[in-house]
Amino acid sequence: MTSLLTQRVDLDATTAATVPKKSEKRMRPSWWHLVLLPVAVIFAVPFVQMFLTSVTPASDINRFPRPFFPSAITFDGYAKLFATSDILLWLGNTAIVSTVAIASHIVLCSLAGYGFARLTFRGRNFGFIAIVATIMIPTQLLMIPTYILFSRLGLIDSLGAAIVPWLASAFGIFLMRQFFISLPAELEEAALIDGCTRLQVFFRIILPLARPALATLAIFTLLGSWNDLVWPLIAINNDQAFTLQLGITNFQGARRTEWSLLMAGNVIATLPLILFFMFAQKQFIATMSFSGLKG
Amino acid sequence: MTALVRDPRARRRRSLRENLEGWGFVGPALVIILGLSIFPAVWAFFLSLQEWDGFSDPVNVGLGNYAAMVSDSDLQAALVHTLVYTALFVPSSVFLGLFLAVALNRRIRFVGIYRTAIFVPFVASAAATGILTTYLFNPQFGLVNQLLTGVGLPAQGWLEDPSQAMVVITIMSLWGQAAFTTVIYLAALQDIPVELLEAARIDGASNWQSFWHVTFPQLAPVTVFATIWQVIQAIQLFDLVYTTTRGGPLGATETIVYFLWDAAFKQLQFGYGSAVAYGLFAVTLLITIGVTVYSRRSSVKAF
Repeated sequence: MTSLLTQRVDLDATTAATVPKKSEKRMRPSWWHLVLLPVAVIFAVPFVQMFLTSVTPASDINRFPRPFFPSAITFDGYAKLFATSDILLWLGNTAIVSTVAIASHIVLCSLAGYGFARLTFRGRNFGFIAIVATIMIPTQLLMIPTYILFSRLGLIDSLGAAIVPWLASAFGIFLMRQFFISLPAELEEAALIDGCTRLQVFFRIILPLARPALATLAIFTLLGSWNDLVWPLIAINNDQAFTLQLGITNFQGARRTEWSLLMAGNVIATLPLILFFMFAQKQFIATMSFSGLKG
Repeated sequence: MTALVRDPRARRRRSLRENLEGWGFVGPALVIILGLSIFPAVWAFFLSLQEWDGFSDPVNVGLGNYAAMVSDSDLQAALVHTLVYTALFVPSSVFLGLFLAVALNRRIRFVGIYRTAIFVPFVASAAATGILTTYLFNPQFGLVNQLLTGVGLPAQGWLEDPSQAMVVITIMSLWGQAAFTTVIYLAALQDIPVELLEAARIDGASNWQSFWHVTFPQLAPVTVFATIWQVIQAIQLFDLVYTTTRGGPLGATETIVYFLWDAAFKQLQFGYGSAVAYGLFAVTLLITIGVTVYSRRSSVKAF
């Protein structure tokens, strides 16, 4: 599995490499626009509808047929959302879950990845095989015993229930180990001879070099923890500890017809990740090819 | 290195220090991961041999839960719905990914915008996608029916029609996940040596011929990998069902994992739920092993 999971995409490279670069020659018109333009429009429609509906006045929502573009722009949906729900609390909860998850992943997975890649100790191979084997276990198998375990630990209905499963992951360790193996060992050996301890070497030399891999790890963790639904659904019934995804899913039943409010909630839940994607598209795409994990 | 350490006592001390250091690095993550996977997985097996609602005393039923699965018509219906979804989703996601990768793998104007439009839905959560689905496919005012009636076609029931609900869920899954298969095909396309395609061109192959006879065979390992991966995703479908139909209409979209969730957390049948989970695990494992062995034999190296 290793070769495909760690494959990277270079967005600027194509197999049709014979075409000269933008600066050298004007790009020729292509028939592919006739294919790509409609496909891109279809893919864009759901998010466009989401943004438009969130600012649509109620009078438009009740019109038939419903206009695609609103006749006026209003933020009533957002105002009502903030006034009648705990959406900001849920946003804060999700932000806490994702922040802790990312921080913990970066520390624990890179420590373990480094240990498995570079240190020699008894049981190393066994430990690594055990970790990789857990990737095969579907989460559905773990839901029931984890629920029982967490309820005995008193975590159920608290934010802790949403956080603990995201503290570390086998994928994260696997990713970091692959990265550290590809790193030349000379740097750390020099530092060790100069009398640095392993931990000093790790934090001062290795981690700064690992930035690209850590970016992938952080995005992977952000996507998973921000969007997680099934586990919070099982473990959290107390609406003070709701995550954002749980909150907007609950709306769907309770506020069935208040579409501008529903879509405003949707925008709040999705916009941070959309902006993040726009901002760091290359890193996101590298992460996608690595994981494909969703839902 | 070892030649430097002559004294066996010193060597033992050194190896103790190395062991402590190694386990210090990997220990914390290892404890969390194994504690939240292998330990519950083993526990789930013991649970699957019991009848237990979480409150009263558990009753040992041996393999009774597994026997009950065989004759459970609701579970069989859920299995059929899951297979229908898998049959709809897996081929279409693989073909769509291949198609989009080929289309995006060129330097043309606006390709960055097209790519962004196609990839952005990957960040949409199941909760957000669920709300968008019920809006776009609403039988009364949804955009899809507006477009259909606009071109003179009859409006459809979509999520409210038992024979169409799974199709709608497939379409929206594709919307959210097309980026994954597209990206892995893009990476593979870029790995194909340019010389191969040039040689085909010199030999007089058309674009179409060189795609099917040169490019496509080179992509075989990715196709195998993508198929396995998407099958595993498909048979675990839950989130989008929960956020759109909750298994309806008339149970038409109740998948195996939805059934499992309902049995375990709505009806508090922890034992039976665990048995179903083990059944699902076994099926996943068999499919993975089966496809891997098959592709090894036909010399396609996906792993």
